[in-house]
Amino acid sequence: MKMKLLALTLLWCGATLFAQDYFPDNEGVKSKNNNYTAFTNAKIYITPTQVVDHGTLLIQNGKVVQVGKSVAIPKNTVTIDLSGKSVYPSFIDVFSDFGVSKPKRAEGSGRSPQYKPSREGFYWNDHIMPENNAISTFKFDDKKAKELRDAGFGVVNSHIQDGIARGTGVLLTLNAEGGDSQRIIDDRSAQYFSFSKSVASKQSYPTSLMGAMALLRQMYTDADWYAKGNVDTKDRSLEALNANMGLPQIFAAGNNGNVLRADGIGDANGLQYSILGGGDEYEIIDAIKNTQAKLIIPLDFPEAYDVSDPNQASYVALKDMRYWNQAPANPKILAENGVTFSFTLNGLKSPTQMMEKLQKAITYGLSKTKALEALTTVPAQIVGKTDKVGSLQPGRYANFLITSGDIFDKGTTLYENWVQGSKNVVNTMDLIDIRGDYTMKIGDKTFTISITGKPGKPKAKVTQDSSTYTSKIVYKDQWMNLSFSKDDELYRLTGLVKDKSNPLTGKLVLPNGNESSFVATLSKPFDQNKKENTTSKKPEMVPITYPNIGYGYQSIPQSESTLFKNATVWTSEEAGILEQTDVLVKDGKIAKIGKNLNAGRAKVIDASGKHLTAGIIDEHSHLAALAINEAGQNSSAEVKMEDVIDPKDIDIYRNLAGGVTSLQLLHGSANPIGGRSALLKLKWGETAQNMIYDNSPKFIKFALGENVKQSNWQSFSRFPQTRMGVEQVYMNYFQRAKEYEAKKKSGKPYRHDEEMETLVEILNGERFISCHSYVQSEINMLMKVADKFNFKINTFTHILEGYKLADKMVEHGVGASTFSDWWAYKYEVKDAIPYNAAIMHSQGITVAINSDDAEMSRRLNQEAAKTMKYGGVSELEAWKMVTINPAKLLHIDNRVGSIKEGKDADLVLWSDNPLSIYAKAEKTLIEGATYFDLEKDRQQRKAITQERNKLIRMMLKEKEGGNKTQAPKNNKKEKFHCDSL
Amino acid sequence: MKKLIYTIVFIGSFFLGTAQQTPAGPQVEAISIDGATAHLGNGMVIENALIMFEGGKLTFVGSAMTKIARRGTVIKGNGKHVYPGFIAPNKSLGLVEVDAVRATNDQDEIGEMIPHVRSLIAYNAESQVVESMRPNGVLIGQITPKGGRISGTSSIVQFDAWNWEDAAIKVDDGIHMNWPTNFRKGRWWMGEPRGFLPNKEYVKQLEEIKHFLKNAAAYDIVGNSELNPAFAAMQGLFDGSKKLFINANDEKEIIDAITTAKENGIMDVVLVGGYHAYKVMDFLKKNNIPVLLQHTQSLPVFDDEDYDLPYKLPKLLTDAGILVAIQNGDAANFQTRNLPFYAGQVVAQGLEKEKALQLITGNSAKILGIDDAYGTLEIGKSATLFISKGDALDMKGNKLTHAFIDGRNISLETHQTELWKRYMGKYEGK
Repeated sequence: MKMKLLALTLLWCGATLFAQDYFPDNEGVKSKNNNYTAFTNAKIYITPTQVVDHGTLLIQNGKVVQVGKSVAIPKNTVTIDLSGKSVYPSFIDVFSDFGVSKPKRAEGSGRSPQYKPSREGFYWNDHIMPENNAISTFKFDDKKAKELRDAGFGVVNSHIQDGIARGTGVLLTLNAEGGDSQRIIDDRSAQYFSFSKSVASKQSYPTSLMGAMALLRQMYTDADWYAKGNVDTKDRSLEALNANMGLPQIFAAGNNGNVLRADGIGDANGLQYSILGGGDEYEIIDAIKNTQAKLIIPLDFPEAYDVSDPNQASYVALKDMRYWNQAPANPKILAENGVTFSFTLNGLKSPTQMMEKLQKAITYGLSKTKALEALTTVPAQIVGKTDKVGSLQPGRYANFLITSGDIFDKGTTLYENWVQGSKNVVNTMDLIDIRGDYTMKIGDKTFTISITGKPGKPKAKVTQDSSTYTSKIVYKDQWMNLSFSKDDELYRLTGLVKDKSNPLTGKLVLPNGNESSFVATLSKPFDQNKKENTTSKKPEMVPITYPNIGYGYQSIPQSESTLFKNATVWTSEEAGILEQTDVLVKDGKIAKIGKNLNAGRAKVIDASGKHLTAGIIDEHSHLAALAINEAGQNSSAEVKMEDVIDPKDIDIYRNLAGGVTSLQLLHGSANPIGGRSALLKLKWGETAQNMIYDNSPKFIKFALGENVKQSNWQSFSRFPQTRMGVEQVYMNYFQRAKEYEAKKKSGKPYRHDEEMETLVEILNGERFISCHSYVQSEINMLMKVADKFNFKINTFTHILEGYKLADKMVEHGVGASTFSDWWAYKYEVKDAIPYNAAIMHSQGITVAINSDDAEMSRRLNQEAAKTMKYGGVSELEAWKMVTINPAKLLHIDNRVGSIKEGKDADLVLWSDNPLSIYAKAEKTLIEGATYFDLEKDRQQRKAITQERNKLIRMMLKEKEGGNKTQAPKNNKKEKFHCDSL
Repeated sequence: MKKLIYTIVFIGSFFLGTAQQTPAGPQVEAISIDGATAHLGNGMVIENALIMFEGGKLTFVGSAMTKIARRGTVIKGNGKHVYPGFIAPNKSLGLVEVDAVRATNDQDEIGEMIPHVRSLIAYNAESQVVESMRPNGVLIGQITPKGGRISGTSSIVQFDAWNWEDAAIKVDDGIHMNWPTNFRKGRWWMGEPRGFLPNKEYVKQLEEIKHFLKNAAAYDIVGNSELNPAFAAMQGLFDGSKKLFINANDEKEIIDAITTAKENGIMDVVLVGGYHAYKVMDFLKKNNIPVLLQHTQSLPVFDDEDYDLPYKLPKLLTDAGILVAIQNGDAANFQTRNLPFYAGQVVAQGLEKEKALQLITGNSAKILGIDDAYGTLEIGKSATLFISKGDALDMKGNKLTHAFIDGRNISLETHQTELWKRYMGKYEGK
């Protein structure tokens, strides 16, 4: 009855507060409530940094009228005394799906991928849906709204979390009353993007992260082209995108690498997104800071792994254990570095989890002020609505929380969450705290009642002398019911709690059924801080390394002046192999080669009996990548491998241990025209961006044969299905590129096309092709296509039948990068022979030995040696095939690939002849900095064992402490090859 | 239909047009290799050695300083090296020709427990991939079916034969089992993470194996009116005439596998794979279990492991006194010609060269049960050996001049050498 009454009261309030002026009222006469409500004597957080003690908050018609220390209270005011309580602006989540439903997953479309769009009148790609508006499917969800309000939220910004361009969101209050007309603050509050495709369409493109990025870039240029009136047809997607340009732009990135990727796309288009992070931003905080983006940060810190079974524990990688340990420090580290961020509930199973996670972040050192900003002022800034929400300054919505104390403290109770001036009770405010120790006499027995727990949900322990009674206490609506018993001896107590100093009085039912009254005397008040002192110890955080996984370094290796003494130096130059020779490294370069060099201040390394070579270069690699193929189209010249570098790939380190210092990260071989390459130095610990060569020569992957025909998997609908078709793809694309360039040069308006721009670069000799190739017919074909369009193919990679047309290759002037001995894995390699490199080399082709495989690349020295076995290549020439020859093919031979004064000091010190199976890389340097060292490696192994042990200990404690854990798992990365999809 | 006929004609012509080298006839004349360094495959090495064989058998292995008449054809071995033919266990050579062409693939029959399926009869003695083993010194292989829980029965063959009967060295030598994995790959297409999760079915799968083994052991061939081919095929495991090769990698899997096999009366058990065998070496020693370790040229499975863990695994086990040989069952068949380099790789980790050699010769023969005739250079054993210009475990030294199987002087030419010569001839105007 009482509840019903309360609800009625609220309803009445709301109705009178918010009924629109121009709406007719047939249920009575129009009456408006213009009364004020004043909240007095509270500690008021007007903003996170503007706090008044004993202040007054005055509201009227759902908005803040006045706030501060001395507020004049008008006559028509209802006053609520909040002595001892605190008032906060209620929270805002700008990344929510409240009230909007996720679209249905598209049905399967048979055995071939769908290349065409499913829609008409929109952008060509189904995953671009800026025309979607969350408001169009929005339905206020009372149950969710209550959950959110109970967690302290007053406002959410909701959008349809589906697709790459997702359209607009809706910003609304969680007001239980008044309807959407009151709640909706902005029905086009922000425009949303992500890298993930829509579930509503099976359209294949993009199949990869780099494809999604290219699509976004193309979308923006197309929108611009459309806006300028160059398109005759109707495109409702681009129209919507253009119309939404002025709104706040929010990007769902989801991890630290993607934050940088999203920001890069924004920068290229003159946009600054606010970006949803992943909680791992702390790992690369400098780069994150440089984005200057406002971030939206999840609080879904992982649970500890259940490591009680040592065998299962061994499957969990150090990086995942670390993430458990370090992730709660993310907000603190962001704050320390001046990054502006808001929090989101996104990723949490329930809003009720938030406070506990926040408290954890605070124990890791996050300031309460920053925490509050991240829930109030910052989200308001992100959606550009600081004039309406996020603070309690006059004019803002009266969205505020009333708490018993500091909102982030464990013992604090959230009493009420007012939204637009309408009250929502979370916990009864006038509840008297009955916690404490009491004594009570019943007959000749003296009982001790100890009440602990939460004020609204207490726990009781009843003892008499040394024996404990089983007991149950319920405290609800100001009535306390306590029963306790031992064997058959049952006592029942009930009473209305109304006197703060003498709360426990009332009726007692004795074991024999007789009733009497009771009074329990407070002997010791409840000590709030007693328990907290033990739990608020600052947690230990293990150090972050670069990269932040096992074998990461405490700091990024720096260039050092180094003198290698008395080495056998394999120059990969005319000079050949120099015995007993010194090499001096200074400022990251090879400064001097000679005998008895003066060390000066350089560190001296005794290299006697050892072999010093240039670092190995792999012309064909797929390691350190997050994706390999954009298989959604037969030409993907628009995608860039530079977009998807994974600097945390352990195979980078393993390849350094095999003497590899540079590689070409190639797109896969799914398409006749693949994606653009990334030329990398394996600078373990650096960011993706810093691994890319400065002024990198431009490359693109092409591919021929079974992979582009999709011969070895179920796909029958994509052109080309034959080698005949492959030629036509090239002819068509290059012809169109020629025409594109002619149009561009003519000065007429033209539609900027990323693909065509790339192909024009090829035609003009500004971008080089590395073409995946096997069979001689198609190799010949591509050279003829190039001849026709007057350019040269730079490299045939794999080129397993190169030996059959070496003469033609020489004539064309193309280089070759091949496997040492692979064959028999598919039909087109039946004539692949290990003598291929030797034959091509004998005819004067620049030949490199490549890997296409992270395992083989770390033994590329051995693969080079196989050319000595198969075809009798000399030692010197064999070694060039993994150093200066690939450098030449990659147009970086002026910088790397040999030991020559002035070149980059990318060097490897070997224990033995580097072409021998018995050789081990002992040190690997890039630009004078030691990125691998056997001795350091030994220390790292020890450190990993120790750190794993330590974290396992900590996780076991976590489990013993009764905290939730997750099952062990191994987050293994897929190893990529050419045909990885 | 027309397309299908074309395909058949096309593939047919390819295989017919490029048949294998003709197998060598039986040894008719004695052969003496004089002055080479002989690596015996049992840990011993003889500098300046004399090796003689006749009728397919070794008649002398010793120092060239020995005053003994050189019999038959004398091959000058000075500066060269002689090795026993390398042995490749756990391979499907001759069962698959081109990995991506389904029609050429005969390695994996359907069914979970199919010990009665036999590899030997499907072995293609004229495979070009098999042929390509020989110039690298790999002369013997255990031809092994793949897939399922019990994949089938293997046989051991030599690599210069007219047909599978000619090729067979030991028929139906062992049964191969894939032990359930303790962790399994996440079914990412069903929303699970891409990595590995605990395998909740593990216990159930283990029970299935126990159930099968118990029933196989209880099976009475004589008294049974209806033949159960699977149970019948298992009988050799209980009387010691066949070995059980169990593929397992995780320490728990290894212990469960060996324990289960032993408890069910299986006499000869060989651990295959054994990636984490180094964690349970005492257990393996106590149970006297030999290991066919996974090959060395692979990446560590776990991120936190030593970068060179796969390189040094054979050394760790050898040092502990466990009988170890190398197999590359999970690599493509063509890779098996790199067997000598898998062994060479361990030398850089500190294993003696002759011990490394044992990993692909003497030890392999012992584990496969063919050491009465193969795997080492010892008087009375088969003359299955080769001569290399240099160190055969190192790429730049592995250059064969002669190879013999049972004394037969086999061809070292292949489809690949023919193409090499053909095109070099084209460029050199020959």
